[in-house]
Amino acid sequence: MPDLITTANLDDPDGMFEALMEAHRDLAPEASRQLDAKLVLLLANHIGRADIVKQAIALAAK
Amino acid sequence: MPYQPPRYPFRPPTDPGARHPVIVFGGGMVRLTAALDLARHGQPVVLLDDDDTVSIGSRAICHAKRTLEIFSRLGLGESLLAKGVTWNTGRVFAGEKQVFAFDLLPEPDHQFPAFINLQQYHLEEMLVQACRATSLVDLRWKSRITDLAQTNAGTTLTVETPDGTYNLHADWLLAADGARSTIRHAMNLPFVGKTFQDRFLIADVTMRAPFPAERWFWFNPPFHPGGSVLLHRQADNVWRIDFQLGWEADPEAEKAPEKVRARVAAMLGPNTEFELEWVSVYTFRCRRLEKFRHGRILFLGDAAHQVSPFGARGGNGGIQDADNLAWKLAAHLRGDAPETLLDSYDAERIPAADENILASTRSTDFITPKNEAAHAYRAAVLALAEHHAFARPLVNSGRLSRPASLAASPLNTPDDAPWNGGLPPGSPAADAPHAKTWLLHHLGHGFTALIFGDTPAEMPDGVTALHLPAHGLAATRYGARAGDVVLIRPDQHIAARWHRHDPEAIAAARRRALCLT
Repeated sequence: MPDLITTANLDDPDGMFEALMEAHRDLAPEASRQLDAKLVLLLANHIGRADIVKQAIALAAK
Repeated sequence: MPYQPPRYPFRPPTDPGARHPVIVFGGGMVRLTAALDLARHGQPVVLLDDDDTVSIGSRAICHAKRTLEIFSRLGLGESLLAKGVTWNTGRVFAGEKQVFAFDLLPEPDHQFPAFINLQQYHLEEMLVQACRATSLVDLRWKSRITDLAQTNAGTTLTVETPDGTYNLHADWLLAADGARSTIRHAMNLPFVGKTFQDRFLIADVTMRAPFPAERWFWFNPPFHPGGSVLLHRQADNVWRIDFQLGWEADPEAEKAPEKVRARVAAMLGPNTEFELEWVSVYTFRCRRLEKFRHGRILFLGDAAHQVSPFGARGGNGGIQDADNLAWKLAAHLRGDAPETLLDSYDAERIPAADENILASTRSTDFITPKNEAAHAYRAAVLALAEHHAFARPLVNSGRLSRPASLAASPLNTPDDAPWNGGLPPGSPAADAPHAKTWLLHHLGHGFTALIFGDTPAEMPDGVTALHLPAHGLAATRYGARAGDVVLIRPDQHIAARWHRHDPEAIAAARRRALCLT
């Protein structure tokens, strides 16, 4: 099973980043927090492997 | 008419200084289950209880399928089914909306449902009656252990009664005396783990209400904003309602009947009449003893390990302790197994306790978010779960008790050939319809070999054969084909399995399960 990908892997990095910023643009901090939490859960489910998510958590917490 | 607990008579002791092979001490259902199970194996037991009645309040009410199968082996299955409230379905609500429902027993053709709800006092009354009927259980009420001294041959006990104190000697002492265990304290054993900063109110109410026999769990309902609420139906039109109160709540003030009535009325609406039967405010911890066996003293149930109540893992875990221990101790005292067999109680029940502690800790962390991030993630899970199936497994209102699978037990004989599914060694035996009753009814209290198909069944000593069809539900559940053999232990866990009939291999697996090799 492959590990967490940490090399460039996105097809459209600028477009993805822009979409994230756009989604948060008019949100109060609490709503932003909700949005991020939902995003993490949706993406974690899409990845489908807790071990990969745990690797990402470890990396993000550094 | 509220429940009237029986009062059992104290009889002055007639045997001060006597020596008994097994003494069980405790006040709850685990000690009665252990005593009854030992008696079913032919082992006489002295049972000391510091009170003269059954549990005060309904306490442990959710009895899982595996627990019911254990009680069925002990002869109480039908009575429990008849008296208890059967349920398989749970519903989770967030605010006013149902988020989802789940079925805990989606498969037909099992004698027992996923759960019955029955007040602990009813169960204990049945157990007392069954213990008395064996004539092997010497029930001594109003008899409290106040001191003990371990010797090479067992434990000397000081027993306090209304008639004064006397001594008894126990070759084996079973400590099933609850979370505040006297025996654990007397031995100075550390009982460490996690404390949760939250308080819960239990209100048992008697009412006629339209709720179905299901487990309903609300996060943040309009009638109890900011907290969670759990509803269960019990026997005799008694309902259990748990309100999450938060750490700041004053437990004494919360127990005031007017205050409890107001909370219940807010939930049920103005037109439902109800009576309060029992009220309690509790906090909880998740912790365990480092070892459950200390020489010839063995700890069971809450005396050995404590979990949060979400998931019904306290009572059901304790019953599995008794189930695991009784046949081993009886086999040793009969001379069929060395004392080392009792070490396997630790090897099997400590991982099971850890599994229960882990599951109930995770549930508690979901039900009582510890910080702002935990609140945000929980809100996100609940919001997503209403519309998206993927988020529902993340909703944790309690992971309901599952039987221990004992996968790493030293008593298991590992498979010597690949199996396509079925039940690996250590698993509890699956039930299925058989011979107009149920397969598990045919297992008895010894070792049983399930023989699938028409194999001639020469059996080694100490093993009884049970013939099953090579095709059918039992074969499917065990993953078995014609010629396969599955060896089942006295506690109805699987010891070994083969794709062939080999009496030598069966004898060796039985020896291994008894620590004879």
